[in-house]
Amino acid sequence: MATKLRAQTKRRHSPTSERRSVQLLLIGIAVAFMAITLVLPLYSVFHEALSKGVGAFFAALGEKDAQAAIRLTLLVAATAVPLNVVFGLAASWAIAKFEFKGKAFLITLIDLPFSVSPVISGLVYVLLFGAGSFLGPFLKSYGIEVLFALPGIVLATIFVTFPFVARELIPLMQDQGTGDEEAALSLGANGWQTFWRVTIPNIKWGLLYGVLLCNARAMGEFGAVAVVSGKIRGQTTTMPLQVEMLYNEYNAAAAFALASMLALLALVTLVLKSVLEWRFGEEIAAGNH
Amino acid sequence: MSTVASTAPRRAWSFRQPSVIPGFGLTLGFTLTYFSLIILIPLIALAVRSAGLGPEGFWKAATDARVLGSLRVSFVTALIAAGVNVVFGTLIAWVLVRYRFPGRRIFDAIIDLPFALPTAVAGIALTAIYAPNGTVGSLFAPLGWRIAYTPAGIVIAMIFIGLPFVVRTIQPILEEVSHEVEEASATLGANRFQTIIHVIFPSLMPAILTGFALAFARAVGEYGSIIFIAGNIPFVSEIAPLLIYIRLQEFNYVGATVIATVMLLISFALLLAINLIQAWSRRRYGYGN
Repeated sequence: MATKLRAQTKRRHSPTSERRSVQLLLIGIAVAFMAITLVLPLYSVFHEALSKGVGAFFAALGEKDAQAAIRLTLLVAATAVPLNVVFGLAASWAIAKFEFKGKAFLITLIDLPFSVSPVISGLVYVLLFGAGSFLGPFLKSYGIEVLFALPGIVLATIFVTFPFVARELIPLMQDQGTGDEEAALSLGANGWQTFWRVTIPNIKWGLLYGVLLCNARAMGEFGAVAVVSGKIRGQTTTMPLQVEMLYNEYNAAAAFALASMLALLALVTLVLKSVLEWRFGEEIAAGNH
Repeated sequence: MSTVASTAPRRAWSFRQPSVIPGFGLTLGFTLTYFSLIILIPLIALAVRSAGLGPEGFWKAATDARVLGSLRVSFVTALIAAGVNVVFGTLIAWVLVRYRFPGRRIFDAIIDLPFALPTAVAGIALTAIYAPNGTVGSLFAPLGWRIAYTPAGIVIAMIFIGLPFVVRTIQPILEEVSHEVEEASATLGANRFQTIIHVIFPSLMPAILTGFALAFARAVGEYGSIIFIAGNIPFVSEIAPLLIYIRLQEFNYVGATVIATVMLLISFALLLAINLIQAWSRRRYGYGN
């Protein structure tokens, strides 16, 4: 026993790990790669935004079209995110609380928008509502503009953010099973009471997590919205589109100023997401994150 | 055995198993309606437009030289970027799961930055960094190497957006690999390198393949972060999603539809491949995500 222990302390590293020098080398490579690919772009957004001074930074943000873009982005997110939350709750309730045929297929279908290029997500609505379609001229005769207007932007945003809430909630609710709901129902609660007082408290952190990711994508979506918006300045340009416009006009400082607001949103999203993961890790993920 | 089966009451085929929980019709009905309106009908509109061309017309439009050029640029650059992401993503996942070092949690959180940062913001930030006068670009400029406005720039943008897919797919699997098999391997006389190559690596293989496919699929469809840095020269650095956008600007809906259909078919094939890999890994190893 004693000789065995001595032999073990003599070893410079555990047989199931690497030498510390190898570890440091690998850590160094990984950290350097993350620093260059992830940290540097984030830093450069803020650096470029402030390159012309703080005054120019705030002037760019206070500009009329920038303000309109910020308002439009908030409006689009405030419409698209709640709709996808309602969908996410309905889909996860149907999928997690019941056993039915074709369930696995339905789960695959919900993830479908993730494998569609954003530009194609916009294109499908152009085909549906644009010139030469059946619906477009029909709605136009009633004075409803879908394309190059708010409804089109909202639809394209809903398309690209479609799976976010549902894919967080489905594994979580499947993990939690139906025991709590059955108990509530057997004690005399009706369906809505069970949903609001039992299910929602059980999934609230997971729901918040999904909303956070959905919102970040909704506010930042570029490709899909670029196709349907028509980019009418001050009217149908969301923040990312306004960033592109300013950038293409060689107004880089203003473009980066507006971009820094979106980068700030991304940072806040990451911080909140990490806090949720550290604090409520068990309650938001079914071993998935 | 056979007597048990024959005496058991045979249940009629039913769409779903009975449950005391209410709301199945409502939630599944809403789920399917919403899915149809937002995703299915628009995608069908795309398919109908494509089918309207007839096989000959479709083939002619799909094999247009510029279309083939853009598809080649998209797929070759996405393949390279996904390859780079697999190498560094696996290393980063390994370092984050196995080693402890200061700032580990911050780097772990920042891996998700490409999910949260709007693609247009990433695009202009990467362009600023890799342009000939940028932080990194200026290091390579004296050597005569240009990164921004060449296919190399496209690869850089694709590495940025694809990295979290690889890391986040491998991480949970790596956490599940049991320490006992490594100990067993070491006890049986394998050195650390042999253990990693012959014991740990094979169980990570499905996750690595899935991560590769996810990063590749995302890179092929990506638009926002690429168009700023790409240079967008036809046949050289013009990606397929951009060509869709250009065709739409020209009101050439047929051209746009054909490229979109080809891309969709390829991404659905990829999605199928991902699902097969995961089904295979679940059978082989009993876990997967």
